Amino acid sequence: MSEFILEARDLELRFGGVLAANGASLSVRANERIAIIGPNGAGKTTFINLCTGYLKPQSGSVVFAGQDVTALSPRAITRRGIGRSFQIPQLFTDNTVMENLLLALSAREGTWSPFLRLDRHPKREEMIALLDSVGLRDTAERPVRELPEGMRKLIDIAVALALDPKLIFMDEPTSGVSSHEKFQVMDTLARALDARATTAIFVEHDMDVVARYASRVAVWSGGRIALEGTPDEILNHPEVRETVIGVGV
Amino acid sequence: MARQYLIGAALLIALIVFPVVSPWSTVILTVALCEGLAALGILVLLRAGQVSFGHGLFFAFSAYVVAFMAAASFGHEVLLLVPIATAASGLVAALVGLFIVRYRAIFFGMLNLAISMVFFSLLEKLFSVTGGADGKRVPRPTLAGMTLERETFEFWMFYITLALAVTAALGVARYLLSPGGKALEAIKSNETRLEYLGVSSRKVLYGAYLLSGLLAGLGGAIIALVSGHVTPELAYWVRSGEFVFIAILGGVGGVAGPFLGALMFQIIRGYAAVHAPETWHAVLGVMLLVIIFFAPSGLYGLIAGRKRKSAPKETAPKETAP
Repeated sequence: MSEFILEARDLELRFGGVLAANGASLSVRANERIAIIGPNGAGKTTFINLCTGYLKPQSGSVVFAGQDVTALSPRAITRRGIGRSFQIPQLFTDNTVMENLLLALSAREGTWSPFLRLDRHPKREEMIALLDSVGLRDTAERPVRELPEGMRKLIDIAVALALDPKLIFMDEPTSGVSSHEKFQVMDTLARALDARATTAIFVEHDMDVVARYASRVAVWSGGRIALEGTPDEILNHPEVRETVIGVGV
Repeated sequence: MARQYLIGAALLIALIVFPVVSPWSTVILTVALCEGLAALGILVLLRAGQVSFGHGLFFAFSAYVVAFMAAASFGHEVLLLVPIATAASGLVAALVGLFIVRYRAIFFGMLNLAISMVFFSLLEKLFSVTGGADGKRVPRPTLAGMTLERETFEFWMFYITLALAVTAALGVARYLLSPGGKALEAIKSNETRLEYLGVSSRKVLYGAYLLSGLLAGLGGAIIALVSGHVTPELAYWVRSGEFVFIAILGGVGGVAGPFLGALMFQIIRGYAAVHAPETWHAVLGVMLLVIIFFAPSGLYGLIAGRKRKSAPKETAPKETAP
């Protein structure tokens, strides 16, 4: 058995003349928190899309928990224990926050009885506790469409967590969140992830967030990892400071 | 919620009492309930944001199953004909659905239309089997083993239909509140997220399509028994369009909507045919325009005081694929 929960090897994907993934490789150990940083268009979201089945690589492979998931659909990959949240939250906007979570719960538990009312799901309390853990209990009965972007981001992540994934990809979890709330949001998320022992890979542009919450950082450039290391090593690297952070040495 | 129950109860009481007070209305009301059942099937699909312009297929298929069986010596009983014909239309929905649920929006609607029109053509052209455009007569079968006079048969068929319609409406209402029903709504709202919950949107839609076909089939089986005659017109696109018309007229916010729509449709058709025989289609068209502009949530929404749900105030960008 490999020591890695996820191994992406030499992923390649070309859109016309653009190499969106150019031999992208990343190995992730259980319980790591990996931050993916890099300029816009570096292929960060493409990497997530390749690992979660939304895009299929032209070559390379994705192995999750010892199983090759490269050719699987998003649905099949999700069922194997990979969750994800999106850069633009993907939620059922006509439904309430609780209905979004209960639907995820039904998917996880396989509870599809036509005689069961979704709002009376026997494990509803678990979802209330999850909302509590991300600080959104008060929003439970509000329609998602009425909530601001920052809250939708958190709900998007909560929906992914409701599936109880072993690994979660979060695409810019703090974008849309005001700068003074970012640490609060990330503290909440980190606690929720720790409580579930969920491995996390997140794309992030805020280097303060990266420094504080990542156990490892991967710098993306030209569709592949250009540098990899601890937050200290990466954030003090002259090339990263100049090209990613925008601070000259 | 209480208001919804009130509407349902008021409609039910009116329907129970009306044929006793006005026996002439029995057949008209039974036909309305049959069309309401088919429109209820349309409502189920509309919850997923899909419109079928071909539900005449299931309506006509079960009607012809009734016609063939009633003519044969082994199927001359209502309590046998209705479930068998409904199940037969369910079987057709199960087969057609395998193909249809791969498509969405206009393709979904037009493929349904195309398949129903193929069936319509077969009914018309296979004269020796189906009777062609003249159709087939449906001999009046027994009801619970009793041979009844026409009026008595129609009277009891109405109450059987009413009981079936109420059962179907309550069943659909329950389904729409279940995880499967909410997943069906999620197809309209965000299919990407549904897939990323590990849920097959095709399977969810397939289940709904099957239910929808069964409802239309139930309506078709009963209408064949009550009218005593089936023609290819039951599968024609105009008939399928009427089901969509009825669903929109009645409103899709609650299961009483299609039945309200069907009753209103029958009333308008009846009166317009008498007072404006040359232009009754125009009357229907104007009525639909009025509903779309002034009561977009249909008659049900008008009575229940509900506004259409599909015009939310977006506070964030609309979802796009990742």
